[in-house]
Amino acid sequence: MNLTLFVWRQASAESPGTMERYEAHDVSADMSFLEMLDVVNEGLIEGGQQPIAFDHDCREGICGSCGMMINGVAHGPMQGTATCQLHMRSFQDGATIFIEPWRSRAFPVIKDLVVNRSALDRIIAAGGFISVATGGARDANNVPVPKQDAEGSMDAAACIGCGACVAACPNGSASLFTAAKISHLGLLPQGQPERYRRATRMVAQMDEEGFGHCTLYGECQDACPKEISIDTIARMNRDFEVATLRAKEEKVLGGTG
Amino acid sequence: MELKSKVPSGPLERKWEKHRFEMKLVNPANKRKHTVLVVGSGLAGGSAAASLSELGYQVKCFCFQDSPRRAHSIAAQGGINAAKNYQNDGDSIQRLFYDTVKGGDFRSREANVYRLSQLSVNIIDQCVAQGVPFAREYGGLLANRSFGGAQVSRTFYARGQTGQQLLLGAYQAMEKEIAKGGITMYSRHEMLDLVVVDGRARGIVTRDMVTGEIETHLADAVILGTGGYGNVFYLSTNAKGSNVTAIWRAYKRGAAFANPCFTQIHPTCIPVSGEHQSKLTLMSESLRNDGRVWVPRWKEDAGKKPNEVPEADRDYYLERKYPSFGNLSPRDIASRAAKEVCDEGRGVGPGGRGVYLDFSDAIRRLGRAKIAERYGNLFEMYERITDEDPYEVPMRIYPAVHYTMGGLWVDYNLMSTIPGLHVIGEANFSDHGANRLGASALMQGLADGYFIVPLTIGDYLGSNKLELVSAGNPDVKATEADVRARTEKLLAAKGNRTVASFHRELGRTMWEYCGMARSAEGLQEALRIIPRLREEFWRDVRIPGTGAELNQSLEQAGRVADFFELAELMCLDALQREESCGGHFRVEYQTPDGEAMRRDDEFAYVAAWEYAGVGRSPILNKESLVFENVALSQRSYK
Repeated sequence: MNLTLFVWRQASAESPGTMERYEAHDVSADMSFLEMLDVVNEGLIEGGQQPIAFDHDCREGICGSCGMMINGVAHGPMQGTATCQLHMRSFQDGATIFIEPWRSRAFPVIKDLVVNRSALDRIIAAGGFISVATGGARDANNVPVPKQDAEGSMDAAACIGCGACVAACPNGSASLFTAAKISHLGLLPQGQPERYRRATRMVAQMDEEGFGHCTLYGECQDACPKEISIDTIARMNRDFEVATLRAKEEKVLGGTG
Repeated sequence: MELKSKVPSGPLERKWEKHRFEMKLVNPANKRKHTVLVVGSGLAGGSAAASLSELGYQVKCFCFQDSPRRAHSIAAQGGINAAKNYQNDGDSIQRLFYDTVKGGDFRSREANVYRLSQLSVNIIDQCVAQGVPFAREYGGLLANRSFGGAQVSRTFYARGQTGQQLLLGAYQAMEKEIAKGGITMYSRHEMLDLVVVDGRARGIVTRDMVTGEIETHLADAVILGTGGYGNVFYLSTNAKGSNVTAIWRAYKRGAAFANPCFTQIHPTCIPVSGEHQSKLTLMSESLRNDGRVWVPRWKEDAGKKPNEVPEADRDYYLERKYPSFGNLSPRDIASRAAKEVCDEGRGVGPGGRGVYLDFSDAIRRLGRAKIAERYGNLFEMYERITDEDPYEVPMRIYPAVHYTMGGLWVDYNLMSTIPGLHVIGEANFSDHGANRLGASALMQGLADGYFIVPLTIGDYLGSNKLELVSAGNPDVKATEADVRARTEKLLAAKGNRTVASFHRELGRTMWEYCGMARSAEGLQEALRIIPRLREEFWRDVRIPGTGAELNQSLEQAGRVADFFELAELMCLDALQREESCGGHFRVEYQTPDGEAMRRDDEFAYVAAWEYAGVGRSPILNKESLVFENVALSQRSYK
């Protein structure tokens, strides 16, 4: 098939960007979307131009490196699929495809389709962990975990940190990402001691990074390549509210005690 | 070069405990005065960085991805082994040790493997405490499955995403330490050289992949956890960015490279669909628990649709050749058998390089729902890639390069032949011999990173008085200058061919001559082709743009340049090892019925190659492998 591409080209964070038009010829339906871009890039290099820069690594839909807006949709038209797992059979011969980087204030463009997602790492650093140093753990079977809780935890833990939820959200909120981690750890007995502290800190960091608020559009769960549910956001909100109440209580006790 | 394995004396099961007592400690107050560099943030690097920071060291960690959470450990599907014996099925540390040594075809070091088996149980404890959501039974206890032909159920798993969940555990432990200030993280940084001063590893030179800046980081010790080099074949199941550069640069600074030819070819990958193919996708080995592998009995039927081939004309070749293990035969054996039937012209699918993995019997026996429960996500992934529904049409699979058992030589302390340079995870050679068992890579990466290197680094720092190295040191300056010169040379070629075109050509050569079956003649041919191609690469490669910006062509070019050099060493190594063992199959050395023929009296050694300078042949050093606790036997899965 033959395609017309409009791709966002931007030399660096400081320089202005434009949409550039490229023709992609003889595209096989068996190619992945990134393989199609590989072929376009080979042509660009041979023609003495700079290839389109995009992040990618595992190309199996698990590392979370890749991601772009394809015709305005994060990761393109296929549900539950990261860009690297999207195949060209999802497109018609002669189609025009618009390709842009993630759009969010908290994800500044580095070059072309490459954006800076380090804000997500900082949200994890704010509390997305269980504080257990190497060596201190008890036997793994000492604490039983109900199967249902383990499964629910795993559903949330499947997040690959690609940032599609942010890019898809009209508010540019990172709520689904943050809530997925809060749910993953909060559903396990091991995650209880830090549960409320975690919620407070991660939500605060999310605000600090310039992500917007959640108003339950639900775009994020449709864009998520791992189909993480916005139910996790309800859990985050609950934990955050309880944390706020508890924080007050502790303060009162501290004052009188 | 002298190879001192430093294996402690005493009985096998007491060695690690004895060694832990004998190792020097660093006073807690002094730990923060030491800086340790960790290159790579996968299971090995990430767990090491977190654990060293917890102990109080100043850690700097580097990864080329945009976040440490993306390292390729994340793609491991199947699981992680541990000798917990939770299933009461006869497992033990001794049995895991024995299985690993035997599975590795008796080409690994006993003491290291025993320690790995001992530590396997601690890994599971640690990961559960971190919140890794392993699969559980209804009673709330951990579930296990058997994996990769093991006769006990010792594999722990988190759906088909075990690597991801373990990596997130290590990553979260790292982020906890980053927040405390113990780890400084350098994402989008690529190590381009190792700084060696007075014979010791004292730092690295990196390139900031966003600004192009060349930076030197000095330290008291360096740890490389930079993964394997399967991408030398261009097509492999590795992530596109996985590369050999860090360990190759260390090799050229004096670290011995051990068993470079030991490559694992995984039998169940989705076959190549065309020239555009950029990587291969693994289908978890667990599929072989229920799928039956077959090809048409007659090559005239190879072009037919699978349902047009009657049952009597199907050859279930694994069940036929290996009746006791059948479809669960170990990876190396299953891969070679697939190649054989395709070489005979009986392969299926485009290009005839594929075999069927058929679930129709299992669906009839267990029902579609049960199969969906076990493999649903894998079936979906397969359909997404091939547009074929494996519930209706048998899967097509073919072997692909998956893992490299070779790597930098390390002693019992995981230290290379350069003092102060430690190597962990897939980047070292240590534990898997000539063939790695399924679900053992995650175990080794985490044993090295959580439990071994944090202690042995202390021993190194506690036993050696290290002088301060200044940024102006002539060795430091020279290394930095080398990196700049190399980058400029790549950019200056301004030739006609893309990096990928060279990489594809190198990969085809390696797959043809140094892949599943190797011969002296073929390897010699490869040794003629590779230098010619390398020379052409340096003359004719085209890299647009400059070094002072994000330049993905330049990044790839540097990695491919190193793959060219590595490829030659792999062929040399395969040529000298005149035996067949594990993943290394020399056609000249096979039993009358076509099985691998090991030659223990001559080749029970680790081949550790020493760099001898530009234009000189590398020097082969040998570490003899002594087996005191297991009897060497011919592997038989018949």
